[in-house]
Amino acid sequence: MPAFVRYLAPLLAFLALAALLYKGLSLDPHKVPSPLIDKPAPAFSLPLLKDPGKTLSADELRGKVWLLNVWATWCVSCRAEHPVLMQLAASGKVPVYGLNYKDKREAALRWLQRYGNPYTANAFDADGRVGIDWGVYGTPETFIIDKEGVIRHKHIGPITPEVLRSEIYPIVEKLERAG
Amino acid sequence: MIPELGHYALILALCLAIVQATVPLAGTFTRTPAWIALARPVAWGQFLFLSLAFLALVHAFLVDDFSVRYVAQHGNTLLPEIYKISAVWGAHEGSLLLWVFILGGWTVAVSLFGRHLPDAVLARVLSVMGMISIGFLLFLLMTSNPFARVFPVPAEGGELNPLLQDPGLAVHPPMLYMGYVGMSVAFAFAISALLGGKLDAAWARWSRPWTLVAWVFLTLGIALGSWWAYYELGWGGWWFWDPVENASFMPWLAGTALIHSLAVTEKRGAFKRWTVLLALLAFSLSLLGTFLVRSGVLTSVHAFASDPARGLFILMFLMVVIGGSLLLYAIRAPDISRGGGFDILSRESLLLGNNVLLVLTTALVLLGTLAPLIYDAFGWGKISVGFPWFNTMFVTFMPLLVVLMGAGPLTRWKHQDPAMLARRLKLALLISIGGGIITALPWLSGSLAAGFAVALSLWLLTTLFASLRQRLQHKPGLRGLVQDFNSRGGRSYYGMLLAHLGVAVFIIGVTFVSQFDIEEDVRMSPGQEYQMGDYRFRFEGAKTVDGPNYRARRGTLRVFRGEREVALLHPEKRTYTVQTRPMTEAGIEPGLLRDIYVSLGEPLGNGDWSLRLYYKPMVRWIWLGCLFMAAGGGLAASDPRYRQLLRRSRRSGDLPAAAQGAGSHA
Repeated sequence: MPAFVRYLAPLLAFLALAALLYKGLSLDPHKVPSPLIDKPAPAFSLPLLKDPGKTLSADELRGKVWLLNVWATWCVSCRAEHPVLMQLAASGKVPVYGLNYKDKREAALRWLQRYGNPYTANAFDADGRVGIDWGVYGTPETFIIDKEGVIRHKHIGPITPEVLRSEIYPIVEKLERAG
Repeated sequence: MIPELGHYALILALCLAIVQATVPLAGTFTRTPAWIALARPVAWGQFLFLSLAFLALVHAFLVDDFSVRYVAQHGNTLLPEIYKISAVWGAHEGSLLLWVFILGGWTVAVSLFGRHLPDAVLARVLSVMGMISIGFLLFLLMTSNPFARVFPVPAEGGELNPLLQDPGLAVHPPMLYMGYVGMSVAFAFAISALLGGKLDAAWARWSRPWTLVAWVFLTLGIALGSWWAYYELGWGGWWFWDPVENASFMPWLAGTALIHSLAVTEKRGAFKRWTVLLALLAFSLSLLGTFLVRSGVLTSVHAFASDPARGLFILMFLMVVIGGSLLLYAIRAPDISRGGGFDILSRESLLLGNNVLLVLTTALVLLGTLAPLIYDAFGWGKISVGFPWFNTMFVTFMPLLVVLMGAGPLTRWKHQDPAMLARRLKLALLISIGGGIITALPWLSGSLAAGFAVALSLWLLTTLFASLRQRLQHKPGLRGLVQDFNSRGGRSYYGMLLAHLGVAVFIIGVTFVSQFDIEEDVRMSPGQEYQMGDYRFRFEGAKTVDGPNYRARRGTLRVFRGEREVALLHPEKRTYTVQTRPMTEAGIEPGLLRDIYVSLGEPLGNGDWSLRLYYKPMVRWIWLGCLFMAAGGGLAASDPRYRQLLRRSRRSGDLPAAAQGAGSHA
């Protein structure tokens, strides 16, 4: 046994650490287990962004798989996420409902006009009450709700094309198949 | 145009870094003086281009050039000038540019102050620093180009994170990076010694001042971050064991171990392998910190845009730098000669104890930081390791370290007669235990923790005093002190004294603020008064004020002690115009013995507010202690003997690992 084997210990320790870090790269620490996962989606009934006379409520959406995307015009990450949402909407795989969170109506409408509207409809949560019920602690956040109205997944932070491919689509497809 | 020039300058800097990393190093093996001589001019050239790139980004922020994506994301026309400049390092790309820029600066400093080094040593050191620079420049250019343009050009920028719009935080990252990157110098010296196969006392003497200076910056950077967290986050806390804080604390612990271990290697020629390993470790931990912060593998309150692609790049870079250097260590370490032997009780053995404790603590901090990741990776679920775990660990090991710290300076190198040491320490022990017990008496503080802290601090004070008295035995009076201060090794000794004194101050601050602070959440109407401890708070309402890029609700409180008004406080709650994130600005009345701290909560209607009132005894001592440590480090680094010795070493080629006898500093 060559003498340097004894001195390999630091290197081996480092390699173990590196393997752990490598594994860590494919894990997502933001995937905090939301207490709401696998719980019925909190009920809400909010005015629509476009038409304050009408409302959107969680109950109307029973029977289909849908996404709830929490966003605001003051949120820079939402701007980054927006093109991906457009792509998601264009794919027609799943309807995206928006929860416009602690925002101003005109600003939000102008945003949708300028950058495009990926949302089937937007609920307008001016004071963030519904956001609290849903455990929102930052924007953007995205929930996947199944046909029974149960929250199945929560993504914190902007959806990237990668997240769309590896996370959102597979879960949506699974829930669609679930009957 | 200027951003493109900046980008181009970065590419040129990369080219020069490649030359710097290869040609001089090859020259030291082929013994080609011309190649070796290339090291210094190339390092200067690299720094010149890095400076140009850095200035280009500063310029882009100052003129609000939102066609540059990074500026569009983090700049804003409304930002005050100073924050336009600090916005340069307010996020990932720019802070990385600052990182390489500082690395370039350190390289130039080494090339200037290292003129007395043997040419081959200097060439190797500069080459190793060039290699690190290559890695970071590639990282910048390939994954995080700060000069990338965006189209269409936004009319207004996304603004710097309001949390960072603060003078303390404007200087915190540069300080911290000076420390992180400074550790690369010790690393480069270690690698160059391993490459050259010449690991001796001279190597330790050369790296020591550099390590000290880097450590000073790291200390200041961490202290600034902690101070900032205290006054800016509005919860009155000063350390949160957040992964990013830990990322800066681990190199600090390893660096502290390193400066002590270097002392042994320099004086006694012992601990060589261990010291070289610590030098590798300190910088590796700096790099690991970079990885943890920017790869997104851990959640942290410090939001750096994280990106797995970047994470992968840094991980590969870590593999090359850390893996490569540890492999080199494994190959070379068996050839390193053993140093002078020492007895079981000697200054060496105490410093070994210091090193073991510091490295153990580093390992535990690392474990605590990575625990969530480890759990996740093995599918054991999600956990977060919080305060209690880290605190328990610290309270367990740090007192041991303090006990050694007191005894160390009174112990002789190589061999110490236990009976004699016991005689020297007897009085110190009596005073500290007595002082501790008195403090803990029910009618004084009634707190065991406070008594314990006072005992530890007194132990440090009395042993430092004893050591000073012993040192000045034959140099009486103030003249003797001045003479001793100016002697060879004098500044090192007094630096040690000051830094250890800082630890004593720090212990008192930490313990007293955690034991005796008072904190209350109250609802107050305008004109209402509230008594907390000895202080009476009168709330005089809150009104709206406008700042340059924010609107604030500013409260007014008058604080009385008895009938005397002691403070007029203006806590604020700000909403920044662009990133409408609410920010608290605490109202603080600082004092050496106590802070009064008020933060504004939520408006409750009718002019009522929820307020959080704090009384924080001796909290300033925490940062005062850090300042002492930093000042001590600076003093030790400025010891004239480093310069004298370097000059002499150039003549003789090498240095004898001469012991300087008992009574010299550690």
